[in-house]
Amino acid sequence: MQIYLPIAEMSVNIFLVLALGGGIGLLSGLFGVGGGFMMTPLLIFIGVPPAVAVGTQANQIVASSVSGVLVHMRRGNVDMKMGAVLTIGGFVGSSAGVWLFSVLKRLGHIDVTVSFSYVVFLGIVGGFMLYESLPGVLNRNAPMPLTARGPGRHTWMHGLPFKMRFRRSKLYISALLPLGVGLVVGILSAIMGIGGGFIMVPAMIYLLGMPTQVVIGTSLLQTIFVAANTTLLQATFNQSVDVVLALLLLVVGVLGAQVGARLAGKFRGEQLRVMLAIMALAVALRLALDLVIPPQYLFSLRESGG
Amino acid sequence: MTARARTSRRRFTALAAAIFMLGATTARADDVPLVADLSSHLVAITTGFTGTSVLLFGATNGPGDIAIVIRGPVKDVDVRKKERFGAIWVNAKSVTLHDVPSYYRMASSRPLAEFVPDELLSRYQIGLNNIRLNVADNTKTPDVDAFRDALIHLKTDEGLYSQELGAVTLMSNRLFRTELYFPANVATGTYLVEIYLFRDGAVTSAEIVPFTISKIGVGADIYDFAHHYGLLYGLLGIALAIAAGYGASAAFRRT
Repeated sequence: MQIYLPIAEMSVNIFLVLALGGGIGLLSGLFGVGGGFMMTPLLIFIGVPPAVAVGTQANQIVASSVSGVLVHMRRGNVDMKMGAVLTIGGFVGSSAGVWLFSVLKRLGHIDVTVSFSYVVFLGIVGGFMLYESLPGVLNRNAPMPLTARGPGRHTWMHGLPFKMRFRRSKLYISALLPLGVGLVVGILSAIMGIGGGFIMVPAMIYLLGMPTQVVIGTSLLQTIFVAANTTLLQATFNQSVDVVLALLLLVVGVLGAQVGARLAGKFRGEQLRVMLAIMALAVALRLALDLVIPPQYLFSLRESGG
Repeated sequence: MTARARTSRRRFTALAAAIFMLGATTARADDVPLVADLSSHLVAITTGFTGTSVLLFGATNGPGDIAIVIRGPVKDVDVRKKERFGAIWVNAKSVTLHDVPSYYRMASSRPLAEFVPDELLSRYQIGLNNIRLNVADNTKTPDVDAFRDALIHLKTDEGLYSQELGAVTLMSNRLFRTELYFPANVATGTYLVEIYLFRDGAVTSAEIVPFTISKIGVGADIYDFAHHYGLLYGLLGIALAIAAGYGASAAFRRT
């Protein structure tokens, strides 16, 4: 069954879109990532214009993040204070990122910059998480490995001013750290057209030292605001949010997120991290191959000034 | 009115028009060498739109060959070419082609070479190789023709460009008809159908029939709203998303 998308100006198979939305929603709830890093390439793959894919997936991610965050909130797995600080950084960062995006676009090669950042960041993040978490998963009976947090470690990070207590995260660190993480992730997410969860989650675990279970809910909270900001910017300046497509994606997406959030409770932290790492590496590998393999047809079309 | 009643009425109108025109041609056979019309002058893109066919039909006042050209609204298009840059493939060269028709179809009653001289083909832009694709005067790329060919290749792949020799059916050298197909990714706007009647290697008569493809119904309203009230549209989209997220969470909590 086909349905015509008024903004994308094309017709798509309704079941394909529903499967896509449900699948990505499941991942969203499970790993605390928005899923944009998979949704955007997949939408473009089925023929949706890239600008519409970015704008629409942002709108859909608002829905799945709200749905997911409510489940985590009831479990007490959301650090509101941390979320607020990250969001402030994220807003500043994403605004700077939108500006940087337009500069890169004027200089040309924005497509390759985007693909390249995907490969680099997904590769680094995925590789590191896999390296960190795999031993714990393979050796099930081994005691929980001591992660890089606790009173024993004292680095330059602990010398920074404006210390705040984040009770849920069991942390007493400088507010500048989450602010900086939010800022950097905001810039990257604006350039790469995603919510940024897949960079945010590892940054929170490894840089801030937050416990994995709290990280997912808190990351989702922050994702709501970044994605809402992107939706608004895209709708206002590019008219590239397709509500019909978003509606199809989010109806099944929110259900998937519910199932995912429930499933997340059944896994250990490092198991979730290994799964997320493998997916990130798979996407990075796919994009890297696209960059390296000689294209079948060298030419492509784009509407002028679009 | 039911859909079926509407369809049958439309069919009747088309039939009546055809009969009327046939009558007109026989009555004033020498005055009007060519008449043509479409089964529909408005293609409506609704939510269920997956492409559609329009029937072009007409009559001539005697033997001759027919060539038709349909062109969609024009736009400027960038054709980009990838080149190897170190280990990766990057969009390197780009050529902007001006006034590119978003849709093009050529259909003829016989292979063109048998009845049309080459200079007329290019003058009337009949056939994919004769579409005029202009570049800006300051274009420095040397192999512009490769970019033109690429545009035609890619548009053909999308189903938006086509040509078919023999797709116009002639009946007893008087009546002709051909089916025009428009895929789901067709652009909205005004389309022009040009019908040429050829005799002895020259255009004896020509006619232009315009028609419109436009969005109708909910889809059209959404499109207009998004383009006129972008900020409000975005806010509504976000509100919808939050409501859906909250709704799903609440629904799951109860079960």
